[in-house]
Amino acid sequence: MSANALDRDVVTVRDVRHFYHKGGSSDLLVLDHVDLTLHDNEIVSLLGRSGSGKSTLLRIIAGLMPASEGRVAIRERLVSGPAPDVAMVFQSFALFPWLTVLDNVEIGLEAQGVPAPERRRRALAAIDLIGLDGFESAYPKELSGGMRQRVGLARALVVHPAVLLMDEPFSALDVLTAETLRTDLLDLWCEGRMPIRAMLLVTHNIEEAVLMSDRILVFSSNPGRVIAEIKVTLPQPRNRLDPAFRQIVDDIYARMTARAVGNAPKEGGFPGTGIGMILPHVSTNLLAGLMETLSGPPYDGRADLPALASALQMEVDELFPIAETLQLLRFAEVEGGDIHLTDAARRFATGGVDERKRLFAQNLMAYVPAVSHIRRILDDRPSHKAPRARFQDELEDFMSPEFADRTLHAVISWARYGEVFAYDEGAGVFSLENPS
Amino acid sequence: MTSRPVPDARMAGLGLRRSTLVPNLYDAVALVLVVAVLALVAHAAGAMRAPLSQLDIAPVTLDPWLLPDYAARTTLRMFAAMAASLVFTFVVATLAAKSRKAELLIVPALDILQSVPVLGFLTFTVIFFLNLFPASQLGAECAAIFAIFTAQAWNMAFSFYQSLRTLPQDLEEVSRHFRLSPWLRFWRLEAPYATPGLVWNAMMSMSGSWFFVVASEAISVGDTKIALPGIGAWLSLAIERRDIGAVGMAVAAIGVVILLYDQLVFRPIVAWADKFRAETTAAQERPRSWLYDLVRRTRLVKRLFEPVAAVATSVGRLPMPRVAWQAVALPPGVGRALDLAWYGLVAAAVAAAAWTTARFVSTTLGWADVAGAVGLGALTLMRVLVLIAVASLVWVPIGVWIGLRPAVSQRVQPVAQFLAAFPANVLFPFAVVAIVRLGLDPDVWLSPLMVLGTQWYILFNVIAGASAFPTDLREASSLFRLRPAQWWRKVILPGIFPYYVTGALTASGGSWNASIVAEVASWGDTRLQASGLGSYIANATDAGDYQRVVLGVAVMSLYVVIFNQVLWRPLYRFAERRLRMT
Repeated sequence: MSANALDRDVVTVRDVRHFYHKGGSSDLLVLDHVDLTLHDNEIVSLLGRSGSGKSTLLRIIAGLMPASEGRVAIRERLVSGPAPDVAMVFQSFALFPWLTVLDNVEIGLEAQGVPAPERRRRALAAIDLIGLDGFESAYPKELSGGMRQRVGLARALVVHPAVLLMDEPFSALDVLTAETLRTDLLDLWCEGRMPIRAMLLVTHNIEEAVLMSDRILVFSSNPGRVIAEIKVTLPQPRNRLDPAFRQIVDDIYARMTARAVGNAPKEGGFPGTGIGMILPHVSTNLLAGLMETLSGPPYDGRADLPALASALQMEVDELFPIAETLQLLRFAEVEGGDIHLTDAARRFATGGVDERKRLFAQNLMAYVPAVSHIRRILDDRPSHKAPRARFQDELEDFMSPEFADRTLHAVISWARYGEVFAYDEGAGVFSLENPS
Repeated sequence: MTSRPVPDARMAGLGLRRSTLVPNLYDAVALVLVVAVLALVAHAAGAMRAPLSQLDIAPVTLDPWLLPDYAARTTLRMFAAMAASLVFTFVVATLAAKSRKAELLIVPALDILQSVPVLGFLTFTVIFFLNLFPASQLGAECAAIFAIFTAQAWNMAFSFYQSLRTLPQDLEEVSRHFRLSPWLRFWRLEAPYATPGLVWNAMMSMSGSWFFVVASEAISVGDTKIALPGIGAWLSLAIERRDIGAVGMAVAAIGVVILLYDQLVFRPIVAWADKFRAETTAAQERPRSWLYDLVRRTRLVKRLFEPVAAVATSVGRLPMPRVAWQAVALPPGVGRALDLAWYGLVAAAVAAAAWTTARFVSTTLGWADVAGAVGLGALTLMRVLVLIAVASLVWVPIGVWIGLRPAVSQRVQPVAQFLAAFPANVLFPFAVVAIVRLGLDPDVWLSPLMVLGTQWYILFNVIAGASAFPTDLREASSLFRLRPAQWWRKVILPGIFPYYVTGALTASGGSWNASIVAEVASWGDTRLQASGLGSYIANATDAGDYQRVVLGVAVMSLYVVIFNQVLWRPLYRFAERRLRMT
């Protein structure tokens, strides 16, 4: 890096908002007033749960989709389409299965019209750098996941981008492979051997963010908004067991579970209110399992979320929806990175099948408006039947069809467990008849 | 990173080495094959341009020495039609996938064309092509090739279109991200992704088009009668002369031709196309081809074809103009108005076409004729339904039995595919002889001919379904010791249902088409006829009665489309939603 290049912003995002268009009625807000600056020689992580719009933001920066409002510039040039000086690494690797490793790496250069000998020379250099020697003529299906993502990295680096964008690059890999890739990437970065100026990493893994970045932007969900900016000044290589490291991780957990200001207490933290609440599909087995685990030793009804996550080997994205669903059902309270069970949950954990179902149904009817709404309509109708389409339409007044689908899916599986009502998938009809 | 030295050995390995020019044994075999194919093509193509009067001097005869020549010319016609189908597919299907307005028109058209009897339309195209090249065989050749093309193109185009519409989203994003030009994108992403489906459909098309070969080489429209040298013309001459030996020879020749192009063309292509399958896990069983392996082991031939391959890969890099995604951002109002205008235009064109057709038909025919055609259609519909039911009763148990035994199914599957490729209409004369000898009722006994060629689709789809049936479910059901009736009803029939529907759908579509040739069969001057819409169209074509042809085809198209909508689509949706294993 030359000295005069320092202090220049590589990426600037100003006041970006993004809507999901539902055709006609009110639009769904995905990103709300997002500001972001990526400086030279910096790794920044966008940390958030699914639905926080962080991947959308990455695609807007890459020029793959236009933002509804706001301004995105890369090295002071406004982005208005796929930009030449960014390169992206995809979660799913996104390699062409019919091209060899070498051809896959060359594809970006080919699109730029780089002559063949030059293309080959640069591709081989990138393959060499990323540790893929010997795999040049292999096809992606012959490679392991880790090797595939190395191809993805080489393909991105070979076009000499100013910024490397990474969309959950390690989340499709097993723990050991992901760790190796992270370390290799950090080594290359620290030694200055990659032809890039900055990296932007999207992740939902808190430890990964703390391990890799100089700065972490924490996103809230629905709509996506930057709720915290955390500078990580620990020297590389970082140690997960370092107390300072743990402190940062705990701090981020607390921020991610803190209730957004203005939310009514004990609403579970799901976006929307009343029957318009967007619900995650969490299996009743997971709910029961977490309640049982927490009510037993060593937790005795109360646990620290980061510790719980690592004990259960779960990621934030898996653990949070369960915890929040329990909170919605008043089986638990989540605050400041801690979770503790309510009395109802303790009774649930010790109860038999019938007792559990009774408790579950009771809280379901009391605290999930969509469930009580459907039940009321079924009670009112003489036939005690109602088509799914009716409720689907109703929900779509508040949310996208996709979310409406997911919410109904959740409602159906919870109500089936609590035997609040029945649903016939083939006919698409809700009813009060349970086969006896 | 560019500063790092590139190891020299690796670069050298990619350059030209002397030893690669020395031919090996595989080269010898491959070269012989290449030369033989080239000679055959040159010979058959040269004969195509002979004057039409040549056919009067040297008419088609039943000389066995001429049969290989006839077979070669028929094969060339089929491959010419295949080339035309590929061009059609690339242009039309791409257009449909890229332009919403074109899609609106093309997709329903393809959907209808692939399920209605195009055989009936050929009357018109023959006259067109004969007038295009007067006094040359080329006109008749074009008419025959076009007839074969109409049997091949639609499902290929449809498959290509569907592939383009279901591109994996991440690869699509990569292509945009690295700013591939539309041209490069087509060659690196779209065409490769669509290849496996296209190859499979091309094979199906090739099998299906044999039906048309027989009908198209012996052209007889009203007073015009032309017999182009080929297996089809040989066969109709043999039937006219009641020469059962010659029919047998034609059957054998067709068998040999199918075997040859399967081994020399399709198998290598399938083996090659395997790398385009989008799944990223290695398949357990890869399709193999001795020819493909042979070519890959050659040294000289590979070298010789390298320039060809280089040209082929650089096609994708030709500079083509690119359009940015924000370049054409119309205000939503204008866009919607344009859409409406286009819809209106399409609707008007369709209405005009319907009106013209109706007026043309009504010049000689009245409502009574329409009612008559609809009545005959009901007869044919009944035949199709009964035959599919009978074929299902026969082939589902057999298919399940075979499919559950991997060792058996490995041997049976290629045989079933060969039988499906075999044109059933060449076997008709044997059936006619039998019906005449035994004095059977043609209304009943001609019917089975309709499913003769299409029943195999049911068989090999059921085999595929049964062999894909999960082992754990089989083990579970045998642990519970289900009674046979219970096992069929609760286990295996739901398990194979999605596959069965696919097979039965194909079989019923093929049967409608086959009814045109199956409801009328002749042997010398004995002419057997079953009453139905198929024989109605066939008779009208023979008599040159265009109004009746149009009416018959229109009514049959309507039957097929309604039949598909009312019966097959709902079954298909049910199977997809409820009975898919994955």
